[in-house]
Amino acid sequence: RYDLLCIEGLTMALQVFQQQRETPKFVVTEPKHRLVVKADTERIRPFVVCAVLRGVKFDKHSYNSFLDLQDKLHFNICRRRSLVSMGTHDLSKVDQTAPFVYDARRPEDISFVPLAQTKEYTNARELLDFYRTDPSVKHLKEYTDLIYDSEVYPVILDSKDRVMSLPPIINSDFSKISQDTRDIFIEITAVDENKANIVLNTLVAMFSCYCETPYHVEAVEVEYEATGRKVVTPNMNSRPMSASVRYLNAISGLDLNPDKICAILTKMMLSGTYDEKSDTVTVSVPPTRSDVLHACDVAEDMAIAYGYNNLEKRPLTTITVGRQQPINQ
Amino acid sequence: MITFFGCCCCCSAIPPACSIPRHHHHHHQAPLATYVLQNNQPVRHKKDSNMSSIEDAILTFLSKSEDAIISDTYTYAEEQNMNHDLVIGSVKSLLPDEYVATSDLSTSFLTLTKEGTEILSNGAQEVLVLAALLEDGSGEGLSMQELQAKVGKGVCKIGMGNCMKNKWAKKGGDKIVPIKKLEEIKDEVQIALKSISDSEGKTDSVDSKVIAVLKRRKLVNSVTRKSYSVTRGPQYAPKRVKKAADLTKEMLDSGAWETTQFKNYNFLTLGEKVGGGYLHPLLKVRAEFRKILMQMGFHEMPTNKWVESSFWNFDSLFQPQSHPARDAHDTFFIKDPASTVSVPEQYYERVKTMHEIGGSGSIGYRYDFKREEAFKNLLRTHTTAVSSQMLYKLANQEGGFKPQKYFSIDRVFRNETMDATHLCEFHQVEGLVADYDLSLGDLIGTIETFFQKIGITQLRFKPAFNPYTEPSMEIFGYHPDLNQWTEIGNSGMFRPEMLAPMGLPENVRVIAWGLSLERPTMIKYRISNIRDLFGHKVDMARTRTAPVCRFESAASV
Repeated sequence: RYDLLCIEGLTMALQVFQQQRETPKFVVTEPKHRLVVKADTERIRPFVVCAVLRGVKFDKHSYNSFLDLQDKLHFNICRRRSLVSMGTHDLSKVDQTAPFVYDARRPEDISFVPLAQTKEYTNARELLDFYRTDPSVKHLKEYTDLIYDSEVYPVILDSKDRVMSLPPIINSDFSKISQDTRDIFIEITAVDENKANIVLNTLVAMFSCYCETPYHVEAVEVEYEATGRKVVTPNMNSRPMSASVRYLNAISGLDLNPDKICAILTKMMLSGTYDEKSDTVTVSVPPTRSDVLHACDVAEDMAIAYGYNNLEKRPLTTITVGRQQPINQ
Repeated sequence: MITFFGCCCCCSAIPPACSIPRHHHHHHQAPLATYVLQNNQPVRHKKDSNMSSIEDAILTFLSKSEDAIISDTYTYAEEQNMNHDLVIGSVKSLLPDEYVATSDLSTSFLTLTKEGTEILSNGAQEVLVLAALLEDGSGEGLSMQELQAKVGKGVCKIGMGNCMKNKWAKKGGDKIVPIKKLEEIKDEVQIALKSISDSEGKTDSVDSKVIAVLKRRKLVNSVTRKSYSVTRGPQYAPKRVKKAADLTKEMLDSGAWETTQFKNYNFLTLGEKVGGGYLHPLLKVRAEFRKILMQMGFHEMPTNKWVESSFWNFDSLFQPQSHPARDAHDTFFIKDPASTVSVPEQYYERVKTMHEIGGSGSIGYRYDFKREEAFKNLLRTHTTAVSSQMLYKLANQEGGFKPQKYFSIDRVFRNETMDATHLCEFHQVEGLVADYDLSLGDLIGTIETFFQKIGITQLRFKPAFNPYTEPSMEIFGYHPDLNQWTEIGNSGMFRPEMLAPMGLPENVRVIAWGLSLERPTMIKYRISNIRDLFGHKVDMARTRTAPVCRFESAASV
């Protein structure tokens, strides 16, 4: 449940559970920006997904929460940035005349001023060496191994070919966000596209509430040059998951009627409809619930909402005869 | 001191006794003195080390009169040319049979140390220093280096300090200048040492204050010698009579029993401790749990494989290959052999598909499933790895699936940070039931039955997460011993993604629960640190004295 990792997600879930509000519906607006992915990225970190949050208003707490969630996700599902890593940028500071570029270049061709530094590093490998040796930045040391030996390092660039970030290590100083940033460009690079999408969805779902128009997320079109594939991210559609009423009741040991089931599931942000003909409940799984893989996840949510301690216990009726291993006798 | 008993081995420089020409009356003469090596010097060997002859000598001595007394065994030994230790030995062996009675003596006397002996011959360091200072007759004294060159560094160091203390010399510039003349001073130290040496170490030869000074300067040592004064005992007889320990048939036959002296029985001795095996407390608790589970109709699983492949330990349980628990941080991977040899191929394919794209109503994890990752060998992190294999067998056995209940209690390995409640190796108790249409209600019911049998009757359940169970519940119980609610186990229903590839019929569901063995043992035996229970720091005495493990079960069950 990655949505519960930040206070925004936790409050949302609790409020829905207590029926104080409905599950928010996320709207993805038309992309205004494009990002082109160069073929060389295949060699080191093939995938990227992006999104834009417009008109964001942060205060001190929400800003910190935004950074915290990134840290937690990095540690968690991103497996310490090895699978996925996030970068956030102030859109007003970067050049947007042409598409953004995601490329993988030789270290000596990469030069920028990294976040929290003043010096411009003209060779990315030197920058990595700095992170490896200087004690003031030792928290970044472990990530340097992820790209250090590669011939090419991944970089995100704006239209003026300025380096915006060097994933998974560090962003650049010029495009950094602050509490006052209004438009945020989020880029997420990864070796696992599925996970990248989960991370992006979680991040924007949790913080789009601070946008000018709450729960509106602006999409970005990502084009992979090598294959011509075009993806519009994020995809925040809900997906359907069906479970038969019989199944749901059997798992939990209850005997609830479909209306009750739907009502309970809505509390868990899984609102759905009942189809009498097939005797199934079909719930709409929101993008924040990437943990729902199978009907059994729905069944668990139903049981949790009903209350585990309210379930009726049944004595075990399976009749078998006990037996021990001869060696243990 | 090297002692050679008998006359055979002697210092090679001295001819052995047997090469002396025999005389007719040789055997009446006292045998020639034999020599032994003591501090590499030949020393006259003390007479006869034969204990029984010493005993006889003592008894004979005491036979002189009723009041006869050996006032000091040491002087007696010296007079009789016997080894004092052996004399004491003999006395001690005569004592329990009450032939003799003793009273303790202890004598202190002083001995000179090496340094003390040197001073005795040469004079105290301060006198030597003064002599050196006055040698050239000028009265000007010497510098430190010159003095050191004359008397030696060691003498100078000690002597100079004492010289100044006694006000025999003083510092004048960079020289040390003598104040007194040799005739004016007395070498007190040498005099004192001489008195001690002459009196053979008597402690009263010199004033005790002087002795203290000498001891501080490490010139004398105090030695205490224990000896005894010996008198007749209540059972005294001029000759030792061996007491019989047992009554034998021969004695009865011959009538000797009437006159033989018998040893007293000692009813106060403690019997010899008979060793025995002891079950470790963990095994005691394990035995109880096994009993309980078999009473409930569970089959024991064969858990005698500690090394598993990642496939059975993780993949077949639908735990994704990118899961943090599969890191080296949490799991022990095997260096050699690093990979398993084979897994059931068709089953492997089904598992792979389930991870990658799902199936049977699941969307799967959608990542690339790697064969090398699945084949990695590791020390199993849970006995569920065995449960998985059992379920697979159950699904594919002759005659098809039949409902079954399994349990196991065995060791698992996790690379955890160790502290007072966590070790790298611990034991898991696991139970599972595979049957048609099982529900959470059945799971709760089974868990309740089990815990009732170990005396915990109040249970509550909390949602939890396990990669391979959904729904999952944490079990909390009100522990009667601790008088508080504690977590006592974990449970859940295995995910369909795990069961479907095995080939189990669709409406078969598997419920399972588990707990560790260490926790209930630590609660039962009031052990607060797991390292006191398991591992190399365990106190063996605790294992010996651990009480029998019995769990009070709730009345009606």
